[in-house]
Amino acid sequence: MNDNPLRTRKAEWLVTAPSFVWLAVFFAVPAVIVLAFTFHGHDASGGVGDWSLSTWRELVDPDYPAIVWNTIRISFEVTLWSILLAVPCAYAIARMNKRWRTVVAGSIMLPFWTSFVVRVFAWKTMLHPDGWLQACYITFLRVREWLFGWLPAALQQALVWAGLASEGRVDVATSTILDSESAVVLVSVYTFLPFAIMPLYTAAEKFDFSLLEAARDLGAKNFYAFRKIFLPGIRQGLVSAVLMVFIPAIGSYVIPQMLGGTECVLIGNKIFMRAIQNRNIPHASALATLMAVSVLIPIGIAVWWKKRQDARGRKRLEEQTARLVMTGGGRAG
Amino acid sequence: MNNDFLVFDHVTKRFGALTAVSDVSLSVNKGEFFSLLGPSGCGKTTLLRMLGGFERPDSGRIYLEGKDITDLPPNQRRVHTVFQNYALFPTMTVWDNIAFSLRLAKMPKEEVEERVSAMLEMIQLSDQAWKYPSQLSGGQKQRVAIARALVDRPQVLLLDEPLAALDLKLRQHMLLELDTIHDQVGITFLYVTHDQGEAMSLSDRIAVINRGCVEQLAGPAQIYEAPASRFVASFIGDTNFFHGEIVTVDGDYCFIQIEGFPQIKAYNDKKLSVGQEVDLSVRPEKIRVTLTPPPPEKGASINVFPSKVKDIVYQGVYTKYWLVSSGLQIQSLKPHSRFLLDQEPITWNDEVFVWWHPDDGFMVEVAK
Repeated sequence: MNDNPLRTRKAEWLVTAPSFVWLAVFFAVPAVIVLAFTFHGHDASGGVGDWSLSTWRELVDPDYPAIVWNTIRISFEVTLWSILLAVPCAYAIARMNKRWRTVVAGSIMLPFWTSFVVRVFAWKTMLHPDGWLQACYITFLRVREWLFGWLPAALQQALVWAGLASEGRVDVATSTILDSESAVVLVSVYTFLPFAIMPLYTAAEKFDFSLLEAARDLGAKNFYAFRKIFLPGIRQGLVSAVLMVFIPAIGSYVIPQMLGGTECVLIGNKIFMRAIQNRNIPHASALATLMAVSVLIPIGIAVWWKKRQDARGRKRLEEQTARLVMTGGGRAG
Repeated sequence: MNNDFLVFDHVTKRFGALTAVSDVSLSVNKGEFFSLLGPSGCGKTTLLRMLGGFERPDSGRIYLEGKDITDLPPNQRRVHTVFQNYALFPTMTVWDNIAFSLRLAKMPKEEVEERVSAMLEMIQLSDQAWKYPSQLSGGQKQRVAIARALVDRPQVLLLDEPLAALDLKLRQHMLLELDTIHDQVGITFLYVTHDQGEAMSLSDRIAVINRGCVEQLAGPAQIYEAPASRFVASFIGDTNFFHGEIVTVDGDYCFIQIEGFPQIKAYNDKKLSVGQEVDLSVRPEKIRVTLTPPPPEKGASINVFPSKVKDIVYQGVYTKYWLVSSGLQIQSLKPHSRFLLDQEPITWNDEVFVWWHPDDGFMVEVAK
């Protein structure tokens, strides 16, 4: 092992240095700059002013918490639907024969040959109030009302959070899918779906499908085997897919700008507005920081909790092993 | 003993133009260690997969304890498989792997614990219960796979070349262990292999399979000593074939004429008549090679042919001789009993005598 020149400390640094430099220049430094801007005021000509806490004081806007919450909720919805659609897709593609796999995986990447903005414009046309998607939307609203309308208020609110219902009463007669939250979720899922399919497909391709056969052999039904064997088997892909969708969804502003109307304003739109229209760079920076912190804190808590659970689980397993070895030894003796 | 415990009744399976299994009928006894032996691609794994429920036969039925299971999905058969690559669940511990089928069956927690511990004790891996499959050695994985398949006491355990991925020493060890496990649990084992050594040492009975058909179904000794066809004789161990025609029948014996070769005397157990074409199979270890003619007390009726040593391969336990006699190649195996004292050594190009008793040749009829 030690004769391998790449294994020595110095060589290790040499090999990883370029990626560190890259991360430093294009990630760490900009992040620090953005953070620094938030402690500056802005001047009338759109430049960054002197050191001051005025930007943070201005940030106390009653609209912002609701917008941050909306952004997180919608990003969560988009992630959920993307994963729900992408997992069966990835499974199906991984089970195809090699020729079909290439064709289908290629066609998933096909939309990237067209400009993203052009594609969103195309959706604008498709979602026109005279279009068939509008008709589908009205049917969807009616079904939802029929399904959930009789539930108590608390449960309805829970459905809103779960992304199954929208806030407030919906007037079916005047609702349009264009300029609604539903349009934003729909087109966001459309946009981010390939980013969810690709890591899942990569994981599923490496998955050993004979394991499903083994599970069936031991008495499992198809869906049980899928849930207990396939999903844990592509865990890494699931984590990547969630991040690949959730992170860009948090920062997205083109889709809500073009399809969300006044109903769906996300933090990305606010940042865009402050930075480009108001030319208030410090304020935009503060919003970006606020958003990043709002996401990082729950993730941090989740990671800490998971680590604690893992440590506890390991300890429990060790104790069980010790007990088992003891009883086993006792029986043998 | 129940003769109809597991029955393949005229089972045929085709994959496109290829007939993998062709009209196979077999019955396996309860508690038996039964092997399906054949070269790769002979259809033995297809037979196993049909029993496991992963393939459906094109025609024919499969019965288990009198019940037709041909159309049942895999999860409704009390038949478990030990896969060639073990197929252990990588995201589960050894314990969870073994407990899988019990938890599926919603067995009470205490009973699951009891059964899994008992299994772990049987495979001697109690101290590895909380490890993941990737942390185990090949032999340990193998044992976990067996325990996982046995824990809910299936009617039949299917083993698909389970030792193929292990090295020689471990394979020999696992052979003994498999035998012990079979004796302990008393479950019917159906063992698929291309390795005649494995099949011979473990099985009560062996079905030799070639091109989707059963060539012979018998005990290990019978398959080795009395092969039913030229294929069986050549697939199970090494052998010398002498192809000729019967020219004389003398009581229980007959004489076979091969062109350019002296007549060979052989035991005529099939009561063949003059003019019949036969393949005579003589196992190398039954052929002696000596520098002097065989002693007269061996009798005048044995086959003796002068020949020349062409090649010698020393293999420790025995030495293999390649000889040429009247243009025919003959191979012979000679075990070593006493180092250096094994008579005078035979070397390359020596003129020697090759001899065997007529009873040691076995005739395989050639269909005309």
